[in-house]
Amino acid sequence: MRATAGLALGAALGSSSPFVRSEAARKKRKTIVVTFGGGARDQETFAPEGQENIPHLIGELAPQSSFFTHVTNHGILGHYVATASLTTGVYETLNNFSAVPPEHPTVFEYFRKDLKRPASDTWVVAPSNGFNRIGESDSRSFGPGMGAAVILPKHLLSATAHGPTTDLEHLLRDNYETPLYTPELGGSEFEVQQLESILRLSVEDFMAHARTLSSPDELSVYIAKRLMQQEAPSLLWITMHDIDIAHSGAYSLYIEGIRRTDRLCAELWKAVQTEPEYVGNTTMFILPDFGRDSDYEPGGNGFQHHRTGDAASRTTWMMALGAGVRQGVVFDEPMQSVDLVPTLGAMLGFSPGEAQGKPIKEFL
Amino acid sequence: MQPHDLQPEQFSSYPPEARRLVVSHLETFRELPLVFIPGLLREIIDYDFKFPAERTAIESELALLSALTRPQRELRFRAFEQLTISPKLEQFDWINQPAQFTEQLSAHLWTTHQLDAFRAAATEYGSRLQSEMPLQPLAVRRLGIAVIGQGVMSYDNQLFKNLRAHGTSFNQIKPERGLDLLLEGVASRSQAYPVPYGHWYVDGGVESSHSPRLTCVSYKSLEPLRASLLRNVSAEIQKPGMGPEELRTHLARITPSDLGMSPSGDAVLDRFQLKILTEGSGTQIFSTTFAQWTAREVLRRAQPLSLLVRFAPRQRQRPMNELLSNTKGESEVDLIGSLIDADMASYYHWINQQRLSGYGQSAFLAWFEGHGEAIVVAPTLPRGTTSSSALDLGQLLSLAIS
Repeated sequence: MRATAGLALGAALGSSSPFVRSEAARKKRKTIVVTFGGGARDQETFAPEGQENIPHLIGELAPQSSFFTHVTNHGILGHYVATASLTTGVYETLNNFSAVPPEHPTVFEYFRKDLKRPASDTWVVAPSNGFNRIGESDSRSFGPGMGAAVILPKHLLSATAHGPTTDLEHLLRDNYETPLYTPELGGSEFEVQQLESILRLSVEDFMAHARTLSSPDELSVYIAKRLMQQEAPSLLWITMHDIDIAHSGAYSLYIEGIRRTDRLCAELWKAVQTEPEYVGNTTMFILPDFGRDSDYEPGGNGFQHHRTGDAASRTTWMMALGAGVRQGVVFDEPMQSVDLVPTLGAMLGFSPGEAQGKPIKEFL
Repeated sequence: MQPHDLQPEQFSSYPPEARRLVVSHLETFRELPLVFIPGLLREIIDYDFKFPAERTAIESELALLSALTRPQRELRFRAFEQLTISPKLEQFDWINQPAQFTEQLSAHLWTTHQLDAFRAAATEYGSRLQSEMPLQPLAVRRLGIAVIGQGVMSYDNQLFKNLRAHGTSFNQIKPERGLDLLLEGVASRSQAYPVPYGHWYVDGGVESSHSPRLTCVSYKSLEPLRASLLRNVSAEIQKPGMGPEELRTHLARITPSDLGMSPSGDAVLDRFQLKILTEGSGTQIFSTTFAQWTAREVLRRAQPLSLLVRFAPRQRQRPMNELLSNTKGESEVDLIGSLIDADMASYYHWINQQRLSGYGQSAFLAWFEGHGEAIVVAPTLPRGTTSSSALDLGQLLSLAIS
């Protein structure tokens, strides 16, 4: 992992802040967070034996990035609760399988309140199993409607696909964490309105494009790119989920998910380089929400789950690239996944008062 | 309910042998921490349907616990005693529903950030127990065989990558009659060392002709049970209030008769097969997962002397709803994906075998079915090397266990 090609040690760098701090620059700054999920181990990603699965991250993005080799998640290792923890900077304890909001304020609420940003400036694109409440906490410090709008691409597809959806069902795969439990996807009028009024897509065009895609995460990235074009949010959060097919126990599908996510991350970065609102002023963070169980942990079954709480399931990595980020640097110093929100606060100028983590000093 | 209040009549719903076992050790149970007991009861409640190796392990554990003096017991369980559980869990019917209790305990430990402490306590307890368990010498060195890649005509990438450092790779194996030779080899062992549930053949597809001395489980033979289970699950998830956790609880309670399973005359094996489908994730839909998980459970539970696992092509990935409803059958298969699944599964087979007693002497053979590639991990063969010896599978097996 530490042998990532073309990277130098961070300790060799100077200590001056890489970020431009002027108010005008801050207003133009864009931040994209991509969770490389759900749950990928080092040995299938950045460890030497896994690098063949992530050619885009290794070959294209890593040389431009600051790379953090040791990110630990000390919280509950379920995808919704872990992603919620990433957004709040607090190890949330909500029921992973319930559609409940995070208990603590989210990064979106801090961002909007402190920086007085409109709702259209923060968006979440997420898989559908429970993530519809991730944009906004039930904290009393923030009123209703102060969070991010959430787009659930699968709901959108489900809502727009009147009649048989045989050729789209591969995009509606859901809930890998408990494969036997597959709740019905519901769509609503609101979601159809999102399609037309926000994404400015006709149902016909959306459906036609959906038919060219091969996975739910491809649909998410398509929606995210459309949001970038139409709304240009300053804070965009994209949760990938294809990798979690690992719960079915098929190693080849897990690897296929990692390779697809690798490609989609590069595609997003390419979109950043081509969208006028984003080019040159965007910082992108890519990190798995956590790892998966070790092959050698007797209580688990290797890559299949993330239930044991062993080191392999708790430890992962993070890549940061773009505006203000030192390129080609590797940091081995341990950080926690709850450090992301305080780091974003320090970068963007808001105060995440209830977050437990601390800003990553390399970004200060 | 606290452990010190335990009474014999509270175990009246346990199967007879399990009840006898608990009642005869009730004094010991009364001294153990609540956070620990349901995990043990979860095993004991199924005692009547356990394999001989599991029964021996449970009896040995209880004997060891009963032999501890009070100060020794307090010292051994100190880390468990320091964990806190909720009043709701204390009031739970952990005597009759120990598996459900442990599910809820797990959620509680995660939520209260005590999971790492529990994990450390359990690991320490398990290591200590293992070191104190009386070791019975094996009648013969353990043997694992994985046959992967059925139906694949050619594959350009390297196989057995994870195993290569541990054994000798072979690239000129004669594949003719390979599976038959391996099955004959396992059958010979079962004849020479007749141990109940000591020699297994697991097939991810249709089982090949084999000796009746082998305990056999196959994906194809369980097709009616899988279909019945998926129908049961489909009906359950339509019920109001049903969620993933409720579904797991439901699955834990299912019995063979609930699914119309015809008794085979071997209640232990029937229960084992049911648990493969109700406890394994993905075993109901992907044959490669079924074979891998079954191998893991055979090794963990039955601790066999011989285990041959043959992987078969699994169906292509489809939307989960479609896989579960199985409306379109399983006609389209993913040959290369199945080979990759099985390659990793063969590595897990070896790892799980190495967790058992006698691991230093055990042998493992993996073969790319129909092709010349194989690997053998055995104490008598060098590691990390490649051999071009032109052997058939019978000769290779002899080499592995010689």
